[in-house]
Amino acid sequence: MSPALTPVQESPAEIQPAGFTPSVNDLAIKVGTVNGSGSQSANLAILRALYSMGIPCSGKNVFPSNIEGLPTWFHLRASAQGYVGHVLDPRILICMNEATARDDVLALRPGALCVYRDDFDLDPRTLRGDIQFFPVPFLKLVQEAYPPDKTDKLYRDRLRKVVNMVYVGVLASMCQIEMEAIEWGIRREFPGRKARAGEVNINAAAAGFRWAEASLPPERPYTVARIPGSWNKILIEGNKAAALGVLFGGASVLTWYPITPSSSLAEYAEDFLKHHRVDANGKCSFAIVQAEDELAAIGMAVGAGWAGARALTATSGPGTSLMAEFVGLAYFAEIPVVIIDVQRMGPSTGLPTRTSQGDVLKLHMLGHGDCRHLVLLPGSVEECYSFTIESLDLAQRFQTPVFMASDLDLGMNLWLTDPFRYPDRPLARGKVLTKEDLDRLGRFERYRDADGDGVCERTLPGTEHPLAAYFTRGTGHNEKSGYSERPDDWKRNLDRLARKLQTARPQLPAPVVDDNPHARVGLIAYGGTHYALVEARDLLAAEGIETSYCRVRALPLADAVFQFIERHERVYVVEQNRDAQLQTLLHAELCGTLANRLIPVNHYNGTPIAAENIVRPILAREQSPCTSGWPVAESAHEIDRAHPSCEPSTE
Amino acid sequence: MPNPATITVHDNGHSFNLPTLAFQGLPSTLCKGCGHNSITSHLIEACKSLAVNPYKTIKMSGIGCSSKTPAYFLSASHGFNALHGRMPSVATGAMLANHKLLCIGISGDGDTANIGMGQFMHICRRNVPIVYIIENNGCYGLTKGQFSATADLHAHLRRPGGEENQVPPFDLCEQAITAGASFVARSFAGDKKQMIALLKAAIAHRGTAVLDVISPCVTFNDFEGSTKSWDWARAHESPLHELGFVPRLPEIEVEQTPGEPVRVQLHDGAWITLKALRHEEHNVSSRASALALLEESHENGEFVTGLLYLNTTTPNFTERLTLVDTPLALLSEDMLRPKPEVLEKIMQTL
Repeated sequence: MSPALTPVQESPAEIQPAGFTPSVNDLAIKVGTVNGSGSQSANLAILRALYSMGIPCSGKNVFPSNIEGLPTWFHLRASAQGYVGHVLDPRILICMNEATARDDVLALRPGALCVYRDDFDLDPRTLRGDIQFFPVPFLKLVQEAYPPDKTDKLYRDRLRKVVNMVYVGVLASMCQIEMEAIEWGIRREFPGRKARAGEVNINAAAAGFRWAEASLPPERPYTVARIPGSWNKILIEGNKAAALGVLFGGASVLTWYPITPSSSLAEYAEDFLKHHRVDANGKCSFAIVQAEDELAAIGMAVGAGWAGARALTATSGPGTSLMAEFVGLAYFAEIPVVIIDVQRMGPSTGLPTRTSQGDVLKLHMLGHGDCRHLVLLPGSVEECYSFTIESLDLAQRFQTPVFMASDLDLGMNLWLTDPFRYPDRPLARGKVLTKEDLDRLGRFERYRDADGDGVCERTLPGTEHPLAAYFTRGTGHNEKSGYSERPDDWKRNLDRLARKLQTARPQLPAPVVDDNPHARVGLIAYGGTHYALVEARDLLAAEGIETSYCRVRALPLADAVFQFIERHERVYVVEQNRDAQLQTLLHAELCGTLANRLIPVNHYNGTPIAAENIVRPILAREQSPCTSGWPVAESAHEIDRAHPSCEPSTE
Repeated sequence: MPNPATITVHDNGHSFNLPTLAFQGLPSTLCKGCGHNSITSHLIEACKSLAVNPYKTIKMSGIGCSSKTPAYFLSASHGFNALHGRMPSVATGAMLANHKLLCIGISGDGDTANIGMGQFMHICRRNVPIVYIIENNGCYGLTKGQFSATADLHAHLRRPGGEENQVPPFDLCEQAITAGASFVARSFAGDKKQMIALLKAAIAHRGTAVLDVISPCVTFNDFEGSTKSWDWARAHESPLHELGFVPRLPEIEVEQTPGEPVRVQLHDGAWITLKALRHEEHNVSSRASALALLEESHENGEFVTGLLYLNTTTPNFTERLTLVDTPLALLSEDMLRPKPEVLEKIMQTL
């Protein structure tokens, strides 16, 4: 494999940021706070309010690897068009953290609005003159709503959290978010026994709202308005969605070791399982073990999968590295096991709280010797749910490790989505022979390909039959699972494993292709890049560039992906990693000059990819096609037709 | 007349005959005279004499000479030759999937004390139900005799100009006791009577039962002065007690015999009897006493064998997890997948 690693550089300097124009239902807000200051409830209250007004919205937490004290940001977006990807330039900045106020203000685009605490030492107004500033007396307002209480030892701590609700109210006024919706959102954040605290928070929001109504200038450039009609959505993180997949996928053994950003997946799953899979006698239909490390976590999952459980483990990049030896064993010994990798920025500890798609290539080939694995690539929280279920079934059907590669952006951020559907298929059990099957067949060889699909029959330990037992090993083995160093046994087995992969390939989630008959340009992406990509396509179309889109959902790659490339002159492969990992795989399998049609677009700074990160480099390429790295065309005729001024490359 | 070629297995209310072949395995490919081979034959004897159900038994191992052992006994049982030092996690997972199985794990000193020390300590800590046999020869046989972490201090590698081992060994029984194993014993591959009694007791125990068995490596570590040699072990073995095992048989009522200092009932109703030979002060249910005894034996250059520690009351790992009675591996869909109403209800909370 020799991937052409010439990623298109993002070049923000090339395009001068323009100011904003007034907008309705096209809102982007950035809130800068201090980690651990309890701003999450405030942010979620706004998100829920926007949702209740029928406006598509999303919220992203950009947070440090820290428990308390370091800067953290929350990005809120509301968009009538349904764009919920990351956006680079907020229209409104809320500065609650003086430590980052300067940088945050300087990064704004002209025309933005900046709300800040009037008790900062810094006066942000001295920094620039092309944005509007609104100092807000946060402390005064919050103390009106939540008067000091000397009998409450936790008052200061609580005040620190409640103060965030003041900006909720200010924003409600600024953006015309309905206060009833805000109140509803706050109440949702403080259910049950927390209701009393909820009322305090509502008072704080109301104080902010009243102050803003009285004190802000009348212009409201960036507002929202209720979108009539009914819609029924849920708000959920990918990790929680995957945890529901654990619950409804019938997982019976979950082993894990804490690692950001996957820990919450296991914790949510534990919570769901304890609520819904414990019988009247307090007995559990599942086992969860927090292992001593990732080696033990995968070891237990492999042992459980071997003995017949629907077993899985959840981890992130460094954890998958530790699991590599076991994955190689499970691949070769053919043991069902699911590994969920919520990807973060590596190498090493890297940026543990920042998102990435940097493990994709490694997961596909993890192990030692020839290894290829099934990898599912969820592109939404719904797919985090349904692909977890699918992974558990695929592992049973194909007796092999199955990866689900989610990422921090999908996994830890809240997304609006339709309510999940109950699985429409029974749990897959795969080719497991029972005592009765063995009686009927009168024979059993663990690694004999009876059906010609590469998938063999297996028995579970505990099967009371003289034919049932076999010896599982990572060493060379023959069809009867006996030790063998014979060259023909070895090769036959490896070839069968390749055949098994081919059997599985068309049964994986198919790519989602949106073909535009007018498009010469194709876009390939996967995972959480989807949302930014959908938006990018509209922006490109506005610039006169029609595109088709192929969203890859599984590895090994489906034929439809290659056919998609054949139908387009240039195909941009958009990924959130440096090394164009999916493109590397495409290069390995594409024939002839097809590989030259691929152009990588790579985003890898730790923030979720935004539409702009896709549009800018593609526009640059499409508008000046003679720059180096322009793909070799199929024929001079095509070049002439597409770009009359270009000389065909002589490469 | 019982047929000597078959063994009657009683399990879960039914019984059936199995050929004795089902308790044996493939011929050993280890060196002639290897202590491991002796352990294998003791193991077969113990399984036969208890008539364990091979179908409900799993044989787990890591990597190394010792870890080949599962191929040499109980051919009617599923076996898993896993990764170097990682057998404990695989065995744990298998027991989570099916807690009704009998798990026999075979490891070596390198597999346990070097690469696998972490997992060994944690399986002891969890008290996972497993018979954990360490075939301890103080060296790496398969890779030609390198030291393991149980090699004697100042031992020399068996090659011309062989380097000296500069670091003292781990005592794996001490480690197991400290970590929380509920059954810890030491024996010698050449002591058939004691080995079989200990193996039977370990099989009847339902928790982590660690058997550290000195098992001479005839090729790399069976020379004069080696504490893992046949001669040294025979000369220095100091059995703690005369060990008896009385299985639970419906037709025999076990009676207390006066004069016998320790009798302990195991989980399946069997009894072990410990008639003290020396160290009369040792209390088998006290970790402190067991550790003191082991430390003392090091100071005296003795090789204490027998049951060092036993706790039959602490719950094992699968009991702690309060699993449903049916093994997780065999649960039907209605047990594994909640009803649609549950999903609907959860959706309403989001």
